[in-house]
Amino acid sequence: MSDEYVLSQKFKIKGGDFGKAGRTSTSIKEILKEIGIDPSIVIRASISVYEAEMNVVMYAKKGMVTLSVTPEELHLKLEDEGQGIADIDQAMKEGFSTATHEMREMGFGAGMGLPNIKKNADRFEITSIPGKGTTLDIIFCLNKTGNK
Amino acid sequence: MTLKEIKELLQAEVITGEDSLDKEIMFAGGSDLMSDVLAFGKPGILLLTGLSNAQSVRTANIIDAKAIVYVRGKQPDEAGIKLAKEMGIPLLSTKLMMYATCGLLFSHGLPGVSDPS
Ligand SMILES: Nc1ncnc2c1ncn2[C@@H]1O[C@H](COP(=O)(O)OP(=O)(O)O)[C@@H](O)[C@H]1O
Ligand SMILES: [Mg+2]
Repeated sequence: MSDEYVLSQKFKIKGGDFGKAGRTSTSIKEILKEIGIDPSIVIRASISVYEAEMNVVMYAKKGMVTLSVTPEELHLKLEDEGQGIADIDQAMKEGFSTATHEMREMGFGAGMGLPNIKKNADRFEITSIPGKGTTLDIIFCLNKTGNK
Repeated sequence: MTLKEIKELLQAEVITGEDSLDKEIMFAGGSDLMSDVLAFGKPGILLLTGLSNAQSVRTANIIDAKAIVYVRGKQPDEAGIKLAKEMGIPLLSTKLMMYATCGLLFSHGLPGVSDPS
């Protein structure tokens, strides 16, 4: 794997800020289109980062997305400070959600975010420390071989 | 079917995107749940929804939807309209309920988005 970065950029996400929720993902999508990433990967990455951003807004105090692109892969790393997830297997189940009424009214909180991220990504890792925060690594292969 | 034909069929009001009514729509999908839309949506979809906040517009942008039709007479908020203008996504609003909206479009030959792979 090469260390040569095409792009590496960080974005802050504020927890609880429902008004601006989704902004980061909209910007990331624009960047991915601009640098000429394959359109089908742009969509899969945008869907994934949008669900992940909404989770930070809904469940964490604050977070950071790091977008890195090398010739081989597109890596979205989400690190947040917040309540964390005690039972990751449960959180990954379709339909499991601790969303509040307010979150459901925004169209989220169906318990489909994390499973959909996993479905879209070529590689997906989630780690969490309850009371501290959660980290997601969402990776897309840019060369044909590892592609979904 | 063009957006203009859809507008007439649903007796919909055009909130923004009056100049894009000649866009050709090939398929549609409806839900109030944005996570659903993110799971089944395909580029080019006409999104039918009763969710009228800015997230509906962001979701449409993320999946490359062609336009949004709000059902049950819902009106997007100012933030949503502003975003849609920036993103070039036409917004329409019909007084019909979700079921009637889907039924009318379907019976006039507009298919649903294909099942998720
Ligand atoms: N960043 C996060 N911090 C804390 N908890 C989270 C985070 N992301 C997800 N969760 C937990 O995992 C559950 C499932 O997440 P998800 O699949 O995105 O569904 P939803 O957001 O619709 O509930 C959430 O309801 C929440 O309890
Ligand atoms: Mg979620």
